[in-house]
Amino acid sequence: MEKITLAGQLFQYLITGLTVGSIYAMVAVGFNIIYNVTEIINFAQGEFVMLGGLIMVFFHVTVGLPLILAFPATVILVTLVGILLDRLAINPIRQPTVLTLIIATIAASILLKGTAMFIWGKDPYDLSAFSGRSPISVFGAVIQPQYLWVIGFLIVIVIILSIFFNRTIIGKAMSACADNPDAASLVGINVKQMILLSFALSAAIGAVAGITVTPISLMEYDRGAMLAVKGFGAAVLGGLGSFPGAILGGLIIGAIESFGAGLISSGYKDAFALIVLLVVLFFKPSGILGSIEISRIKRF
Amino acid sequence: MIRIGKLPIAVFALCIIIFPWLARQITAISHYTDIMVFVGIYCLITIGLSLLMGYAGQISIGHAAFYGIGAYVSAILTTRYGLNPWFCMFIAVLITGGIAFLVGAPSLKLKGHYLAMATLAFGVIVYIIFNEEAAWTGGPDGMSGIPGLSLFGFEFDSIERYYYLVWGFVFSAFIFTVNLIQSGTGRALRAIHASEPAANAMGVDISRFKILVFVYSAILASLAGSIYAHYLNFINPSTFDLFFSIKLLIMIALGGMYNIWGAIIGAGLITFLSYEWLHYFKEFEVIVYGAILLLVTIFLPKGLAGVPEIAKGWFRR
Amino acid sequence: MTFRKIAVLSTICLFAIGLIASPALAFKGAYKVGALFSVTGKWSFLGDPEKKTAEMMVEQINNAGGINGNKLELIVYDTEGDATKTNLAFKKLITQDKVCAVIGPSGSGTTMAIVPVAEKYEVPLVSCAASYKIVHDEKTGKPYKWVFKTPQTDTMAAEAIYTHMKKHGISKIAIISVTSGFGASGRSELIRLAPTYEMTIVADEKYGGKDSDLTAQLTKIKGTAPQAIINWSVGPTQVVVLRNYRDLGMVSIPFYQSHGFGSRKNIELAAGAAEGVFCPLGSCNIAELLPENDPQKAVTMAYNKNYMAKYNEPLSSFGGHAWDALNMVVKALENVGDDKAKIQSYLENHIKGFVGQHGIFNYSADDHNGLTKDAFNMVVVKDGDWALAD
Repeated sequence: MEKITLAGQLFQYLITGLTVGSIYAMVAVGFNIIYNVTEIINFAQGEFVMLGGLIMVFFHVTVGLPLILAFPATVILVTLVGILLDRLAINPIRQPTVLTLIIATIAASILLKGTAMFIWGKDPYDLSAFSGRSPISVFGAVIQPQYLWVIGFLIVIVIILSIFFNRTIIGKAMSACADNPDAASLVGINVKQMILLSFALSAAIGAVAGITVTPISLMEYDRGAMLAVKGFGAAVLGGLGSFPGAILGGLIIGAIESFGAGLISSGYKDAFALIVLLVVLFFKPSGILGSIEISRIKRF
Repeated sequence: MIRIGKLPIAVFALCIIIFPWLARQITAISHYTDIMVFVGIYCLITIGLSLLMGYAGQISIGHAAFYGIGAYVSAILTTRYGLNPWFCMFIAVLITGGIAFLVGAPSLKLKGHYLAMATLAFGVIVYIIFNEEAAWTGGPDGMSGIPGLSLFGFEFDSIERYYYLVWGFVFSAFIFTVNLIQSGTGRALRAIHASEPAANAMGVDISRFKILVFVYSAILASLAGSIYAHYLNFINPSTFDLFFSIKLLIMIALGGMYNIWGAIIGAGLITFLSYEWLHYFKEFEVIVYGAILLLVTIFLPKGLAGVPEIAKGWFRR
Repeated sequence: MTFRKIAVLSTICLFAIGLIASPALAFKGAYKVGALFSVTGKWSFLGDPEKKTAEMMVEQINNAGGINGNKLELIVYDTEGDATKTNLAFKKLITQDKVCAVIGPSGSGTTMAIVPVAEKYEVPLVSCAASYKIVHDEKTGKPYKWVFKTPQTDTMAAEAIYTHMKKHGISKIAIISVTSGFGASGRSELIRLAPTYEMTIVADEKYGGKDSDLTAQLTKIKGTAPQAIINWSVGPTQVVVLRNYRDLGMVSIPFYQSHGFGSRKNIELAAGAAEGVFCPLGSCNIAELLPENDPQKAVTMAYNKNYMAKYNEPLSSFGGHAWDALNMVVKALENVGDDKAKIQSYLENHIKGFVGQHGIFNYSADDHNGLTKDAFNMVVVKDGDWALAD
């Protein structure tokens, strides 16, 4: 093994930070979709990721479907779970307040986690990497090819979402619901349907995150919570509701964790990212790319 | 706003006083007194939190941190320096209150989900400190050998003695809080909750009240933490993690936020569910817990404390 | 005959046949033993196999007629790895269920939460947790009277690793551990024993139990150029660390896992990255590799076989701790019945040369753990399976 230089180490920290950060970014994007339409933070977002991974294991390993079929099958199934979540947990609430909705999504995440534990047990599961496991060397730093898939999917998802929300009628309708649901319904937008769609989309993205991440770090029934917290942090850091913000937030958190672990103390690495988050919020209470008007939040 | 009557408090006090005797008569529930000690400890936290969330409209997903700071300060001062536990409890209150002030002041600028994330971040950072600073806190293995409480030679060394001690604290906090709500401070809080600009226009110093309530809720949590440490004689960081903060949130939501009784109902229900009743469902325990939570959230938006109101509504028909 | 009469008669006949046909297992009485395991929650990898093992043993014992004609009743409560819940459940076992002894809990934190209770209520507790603090009262320097434990201490695992390293001329090492009780305990033992074995620790990194990537920490370790790396964790991260270690091209540095690695599933999940990795394991994990004349061979082979037959999955190292705990309590019950004080005395004075899954136990008034560092075998992963390391 060749000796590694400080510059080599730093570069590795950067690469690792960006790759791990892209996972957080994907979760953050999922948060933002639902937030953009409903102003709800879906605490069950992490469970979509977990289900994506475990259901993919079911289709690909247990049932034996090839990757190309198992992937869409998984995404569809998780999307259905997302739709179920909206229908059973969100829609029935008659007088939604922010706290009630937070509790409803927490309840849903508990349900999903309990069901996953029941079906898959507590063991971790593995998926074969999409294009092999030989690490790619980039100027002395290594990167798992699977991470390139993660980043690739992230970019594709963000591009599609941007086009969707800015150029298509449905997308614009969804954004209208976030700005002013009453006005939106006055012009004929079916707000409830838009909410349903946002949950479906969010679930789909969560599933993609889960599928692409499992070959790297395995997946088990209780991974969801940690990913949700980090993803939420990334979304808030970047500014709730902003997709570029979500990516920025995710990458920053990943990088801080990586550099913090490598250069200062690995025991405190999670704390570093959170401290940075608090400092940013102190100076810019609506996140880096967030807009002030979002802060006119309804009370609990 | 619901007027908190004196009669229900008296009736409830009576029930609490005779409960241990009752539990001893019925074998199947004789260990319930033990569970009620923890209900009491959690009530101390939820009373403050309910005030914070229901009346001041601030969310906190990091209150386990204050609970933990109270517990660890008490534990460290009593085991390392051998100081009197009551004195340490007082010091813990001062320290926790101070930290709450320092954390609360900057967070005033934050709203809604940003505030939620900030409190979450605070809670997690404190948890990491508990875990990492092993020289002080014993790290993940925790601290044992924490002494019990005693007053002028009277040792609180049995479940029942501790039960009365804890509920004594709970009633004191409850009555104090109720008086707070029904005083000028309470009116100011309700004004802020109803409409901040209006309250501001009327000369209410919003920041001062928000911080006041935040610090108050932190102090109650600190007391709860100290009492917990002296009861179990052992603490470790996992008691004070994010999941506990979320559990507190669930207690408030289930009990009902806009009513201080909700704090007690919520704490009682969630504690009994998770420590006792859900065991009967074995591997479905988690699923049932989630389902109950969901159903209450959907069908009882004002929590269980709102049930009397609903019942009254039915009878009027 | 009407249909109804036929139905009633046949039901009665079926009942009668059932009564006659069922084995006449009439028990004189029952011995109640409590169990506290973290079956769910983040320590479920400990509590789940422990519970399964205990229940399997109870079934075997009762099918063979019980203990001196008394049925063995095991009352299991799930602690969820929560100290408060453990405390409540333990008191319930004592005051409500009136058990004569308790096995478990699975983790050190939950055990420490009930040590004062065991002492106060004078109930024998045989814990399945590893921390030496469980059987060592800091104030008196002796074990707590009523508390025993079956797992090897992390001291022994660390010693086993260091002994092997010294034999191979390693002196400059890097440690990486998880920030949980399991990791922290191992790490502190490694640090404490390093001077005794002339080991210099050049890196001391940590990570969270649910982290997806440990490349940063390993990169830092790579920069210190250690002669060996020790990882102390359990759960998916012990597999992820191996994958990252291989990706970073560090496979020429010998890698040691903690005893938490002891499951073939982990070798499988590492996808080839576990080849050549060392690990200290209790005998039950390598039953087939033990020589025929090894005193533990018979019990470990039997346990392996029965567990696989009943649960259709390979045994887990941690289940073995429950096997040891329960069987010791059963031995006490066989000899002195269900008096708590007598059980405590029996355990302290008469458990000598007890052949268990994780070693041969010798309890005494000064030693409520009963094992030495020989309770661990150094094992290496070869061709995707365990082999004894030299």
